[in-house]
Amino acid sequence: MEEINNLMQGFSVAMTLPNLVYMLVGITLGILIGVLPGLGGANGIAILLPLTFSMNPTSAIIMLSCIYWGALFGGAITSILFNIPGEPWSVATTFDGYPMAQDGRAAQALTAAFTSSFVGALFAVALITFLAPVLAKFALHFGPAEYFAVQLLTFCSFVGMSKEPPAKVIASMMLGFALAAVGMDTVTGQLRMTFGFPELLKGFDFLIAVIGLFGIGEILLTMEEGLAFKGKSARLNMRVVLQTWRELPRYWMTFLRSTAVGCWMGITPGGATPASFMSYGIARRMSKEPDSFGKGQIEGVLAPETAAHAAGTSALLPMLTLGIPGSPTAAVLLGGLMIWGLQPGPMLFVEHKDFVWGLIASMYLGNLVGLLVVLTTVPFWAAFLRIPFSVIAPVIVVICAVGAYTVHSSMFDVVMMLVFGIVGYLFKKLKYPMAPMVLALVLGDMAEASFRQSMLLSQGSLSIFWSNPLVGSISGLAILLLMWPLWSVAKEAMGSRK
Amino acid sequence: MNEPSHGPTGPEKRAFKERGPELAVAALLMLIAGLVIKDSLRVGMDWADDGPRAGYFPFYIGLLLLASSTTVFLSTLLTWGNNHAEFAEREQLATVFAMLIPMTAYIIAMVWLGIYLPSALLIGYFMRRYGNFGWLPAVSVSLAVPLAFFIVFERWFLVPLPKGPIENLLGF
Repeated sequence: MEEINNLMQGFSVAMTLPNLVYMLVGITLGILIGVLPGLGGANGIAILLPLTFSMNPTSAIIMLSCIYWGALFGGAITSILFNIPGEPWSVATTFDGYPMAQDGRAAQALTAAFTSSFVGALFAVALITFLAPVLAKFALHFGPAEYFAVQLLTFCSFVGMSKEPPAKVIASMMLGFALAAVGMDTVTGQLRMTFGFPELLKGFDFLIAVIGLFGIGEILLTMEEGLAFKGKSARLNMRVVLQTWRELPRYWMTFLRSTAVGCWMGITPGGATPASFMSYGIARRMSKEPDSFGKGQIEGVLAPETAAHAAGTSALLPMLTLGIPGSPTAAVLLGGLMIWGLQPGPMLFVEHKDFVWGLIASMYLGNLVGLLVVLTTVPFWAAFLRIPFSVIAPVIVVICAVGAYTVHSSMFDVVMMLVFGIVGYLFKKLKYPMAPMVLALVLGDMAEASFRQSMLLSQGSLSIFWSNPLVGSISGLAILLLMWPLWSVAKEAMGSRK
Repeated sequence: MNEPSHGPTGPEKRAFKERGPELAVAALLMLIAGLVIKDSLRVGMDWADDGPRAGYFPFYIGLLLLASSTTVFLSTLLTWGNNHAEFAEREQLATVFAMLIPMTAYIIAMVWLGIYLPSALLIGYFMRRYGNFGWLPAVSVSLAVPLAFFIVFERWFLVPLPKGPIENLLGF
C-alpha cells in the first residue's frame, strides 16, 4: 500500500509542533470567520493569504486549509443557535437545527452537526487519499486538448447543475472569462481590453473579486435583511455529547447517502451549498416520517452538514490533481499554491510529495482538532454574535479593505473591491450565480492557453476534442451536461401538453 | 442596525420590482460584451502565421456573453407586464444605502488619508449613528481596531498598509 506509506510520511510532516500550532490558529480563525456574517471561507482565506507569503508553503497551506475546515464548522453554530446561516452552505442546517434549539435541544443539534461534519470530511479525505494519486497518475498523460476538455466539463456542469437560469449562469461565467482576459496576453504579449488605463495592465485579480463579491456583497445583503441577533445560548456538556453520539449510529444510512452526494458535488464543481440542499431533500424524501422535517428532526441536521463538509473537502481533489478547483474556496487555495511557486496538477504529486501528503495528513488532523475545538468552545462563539451589528459591520468592511489592499499593495484594488461588492449584491439579488464567475476568473488564462495550444495542434479544427476516446468522452459528457437544462425544459413542455 | 426588520406594513409598504434592475444589469453585461468584442476585433481574432491571435479566445467569450445577456434582457422585456417579483422594499434599500454610502466615502478617504484614520472614523460613525453607543465605547473601539491592525500587519507580519499625512507626521 503505497498510499498508506505516503500518508504516514505526510503525518510526520504535519505533526510537528509549529504545524500543529498553525492548525489550531487556522481552526480558530476559521470558526470566527464562519460565525461572522460577511466573512466566509473563500474571502476569509483570500484576506489572510498575504500574511502567509513569508511562511513555508506546507505550514501555510495547513493553516489556510484549517481556516476552511473551521469555517465549515462555524457556519453550523450560527444556524442552529441564531437561525442565521453564517455561511451559504449552512442554510439547510437552519431548517431543523433552529427548531431543535427552540425546543431546548440546542446541545444535541450542535453535537449532531459537528459530528456529521466530521464524518463527512473524514470520508472525503479518505477518498482523496486513495483516489488522488490514481487520478494524478492518469492526468500525467493529459495533453492540452484533454485539459481543455476537463475545463469545459467543469464549466458545463455549472450550467447543468445550477438552480439558476442557464442564461444567467453562462453570463456570469463569461463575465469571469472576459475579466480574466484583461491585461497582457501571455502568448503574444499584446495588451487586451486595457483601454489605455495603466491600472488594468495586470488584469483583475480574482482574490479582489472574491473579497468584494463574497465580503462586501454579503455585508450589503445582511444590512438589507436587518440583523437582530436573538438567539439561544447553549452549553455543551460531555453527558449530552455522549448521549447524542450513542444515538447517531442509527442514522448510518443518512450519513452514507449524504457523504456520497457531498463527494460527488464537491468533485464536480457543484459545491457545498447545493450539496447540502440536495442531501436535505433526499433525507426528507427517504424518511419514514417526512412531516417531522422542519420541526426539529435530527436527520435534518445530519444530512446537510455531512454533505456540506464532504463537498467542501472533496473540492480539493480536482484542485490538487488537475489544478481545477471545485469551489471558490478551493480556487483561493489554488491561488495560494501558485503564489508560493507550486503549480497544482499531476506534477505536484511527483515533485512535491512531502507537500501533498503533508496537506492530506493535515486534513485528517485538522478535522479532528476542529471537532474538539468546536465541541469545547461553543459558548464563546455564541457570545461573539451578541456583539451588535453596528460594530461588526464596519469592522468587517475594514478587514475586507485591508485584505484587498495587501494582495498587491494597490489602492486601485480596494476601489475594485467596492465595485465587485456592488456587483455581488446585484448578482445575488437577481440570482446570477457567483461561483462560475470566480472560477472563470481563476481558470480563464489556463483555459485560454490550453484551448489555443489545442487549436495550434489541430490547425484550428475543433475535431481535436473528439480525436481519441478519452478526450472524446470528456467532451461528450461536457456537452451532455450543457444540454441538461434543455432536457428538463422539454420534459416540462411535454408534461404541460398532457 | 437597530432592527430595521420592523419595516412598515400595510398599504404604505412600498417595494421595488425586480424587473428594473434585471434589465439594467443585463444591459450593462451587453455593453461589456460589446467592449470585449470590439477590442478582440482590434487586436485580431483570426490566425496569424504563428497561430491564433490575441483576440481569438476573447472574441467568442464576448459573443457568448452577448448572447446570454441578450437572452436575459429580452425575456425580461417579454414578461414585463406580468413580472411583479420584488427586488427589495424601500426600507431595505435605505439600509443598504446607509452602508454603501459611508463605505464609498471610506474608500475615497483612504486614497488620501491612508487606512487608519478613515477606519477609525467609519467604526465610530456606525457605533454612534446606529448602535446608540456612548462616546467612550465608540471612541475606544474605533481607536483599538486600527491599532490592532497596525500591530498585526506592520509589526508582526511586516506587511505595510497605506498611510496618510497624519501617520507621516507621527513619523511612520
